[in-house]
Amino acid sequence: MSNPLHWIGLASGGGARHICAMPSPPPIAVDRLVKIYKTIAAVDGISFSLVPGSITGLLGGNGAGKTTTIATIMGLLTPTSGRVTVLGADMPRQRYRVLHRMNFESPYVAMPMRLTVRQNLTVFGMLYGVTDLTQRIEQLAAELNLTDLLDRPAGRLSDGQKTRVSLAKALINAPELLLLDEPTASLDPDTADWVRAWIERYRRDRRATILLASHNMTEVERLCERVIIMKRGRIEDDDSPAKLLARYGRHTLEEVFLDVARGRGFDSEAAQ
Amino acid sequence: MTGYGEAAFVYSPRRVAAMMLRYWYLLRSSWPRLIELVYWPTVQMVTWGFLQFYIMQNAGFFARAGGTFIGAVLLWDILFRGQLGFSISFMEEMWARNIGNLMMSPLRPLEFITALMAMSVVRLSLGVIPVTVLALLFFGFNLYALGFALVAFFINLMLTSWAVGIFVTGLVLRNGLGAENLAWSIMFLFMPLTCVYYPVTTLPVWLQPVAWALPPTYVFEGMRALLIQKVFRSDLMIDALLLNAVMFTAGVIAFLKLLQSARRYGSLLQTGE
Repeated sequence: MSNPLHWIGLASGGGARHICAMPSPPPIAVDRLVKIYKTIAAVDGISFSLVPGSITGLLGGNGAGKTTTIATIMGLLTPTSGRVTVLGADMPRQRYRVLHRMNFESPYVAMPMRLTVRQNLTVFGMLYGVTDLTQRIEQLAAELNLTDLLDRPAGRLSDGQKTRVSLAKALINAPELLLLDEPTASLDPDTADWVRAWIERYRRDRRATILLASHNMTEVERLCERVIIMKRGRIEDDDSPAKLLARYGRHTLEEVFLDVARGRGFDSEAAQ
Repeated sequence: MTGYGEAAFVYSPRRVAAMMLRYWYLLRSSWPRLIELVYWPTVQMVTWGFLQFYIMQNAGFFARAGGTFIGAVLLWDILFRGQLGFSISFMEEMWARNIGNLMMSPLRPLEFITALMAMSVVRLSLGVIPVTVLALLFFGFNLYALGFALVAFFINLMLTSWAVGIFVTGLVLRNGLGAENLAWSIMFLFMPLTCVYYPVTTLPVWLQPVAWALPPTYVFEGMRALLIQKVFRSDLMIDALLLNAVMFTAGVIAFLKLLQSARRYGSLLQTGE
């Protein structure tokens, strides 16, 4: 794991230039997070933090607590106990300090259907305080092959086109923290591959931190340098894909996922 | 290049404008929505207009009270459509499954409320102004002849409609679309109590204090005083304004509390029933 300290400041004074090492807060820090709905613990004391510029996969079966975790990170949920900070801001209390620096994409959250792609992006661009909005929309449209679709209503697009529009919305403010929930769900293999390549490029060019929730193990294996596997509200395992494969003695992350989901544990011999 | 521009804690008119633009785009793209704005106010005004016309021909008192029914219908529509305009704009976000996008954006609750208030005025204008023209053409009732009184009536009715709209919006955020029917029906609770078509003295004595606790009652009494006795009761308007200040503040506080509760109970993740 790389050092979460960033060299972020150059200060000058008295003719001398000093390089200041200032600790920048991790993009996401989850500390003993608990979320209980009535009597059910959806998330049960999880802790993790992300390294700036990394792509981390959040895996887990249905009801594992992924959505609750992501919703708390985005400030949509108040933790029962524990703490979540995003870019140094306590969520959800201080969310307005950082919401303009992050964004989110999910096929389960729709864009207004009657509005054209351009109108949608204009509205969200204004909400996120993007300057030079017209230029930004043109730029994103060119990068995401949306130029011909800009004046079409969002509701009349194919699933693949809608996903690209949702990505454009998620990138309208060039976020340094991007949360992606099933970014390639219901896409054909070609479009899904295109989206994955785009996510990789965006991380590299923007040095963005990405948290990716997915059920697609191929996607996670390709994109993520770290995988957090959740089960029944707890973190069952947390490591790089290569180390997980070695530890469980498996060839694919899907096999590892099934081992965890079915409670088979890892192969201690292989781990050694 | 892309920038973030705004300080984190600033109330942003640009975000309010963004939301208004979003609703304007929606209205512009949908003729059924535009027709709906005018349809019911027209039907109601025409029905009550003919009723008044009939009664005026048969009763001396109502002959003197010319226009009270049509005036009441038009003012009631300001109250009802004002609240509906507020609530429906919000409901569009729930129906479009867009509320998650908004709640994760830098849009502040008070900016959202401001945009919804502004849109309720826009929707009301689109719906009621044509109907006031029809009232003039069909029945010779000129709402605008009320002059300054109309401004006082309008402000008070809009404040009440916003207070109720804000409260209902909070309930829908907290309880999901299961609470949607409240948006359509809650204002009808006000109809008998605020004495839209009859004086407060018509109510049983024990119910009259309830009526006087509601700001629109003062407006409808004020309208009757103006049309029948030709007197503008500024005292009623000031009382209504004070009550509205209390109602509006209570509505905003309730909305913020319900939003807080929605964050606690996970309602923002479940925007269905």
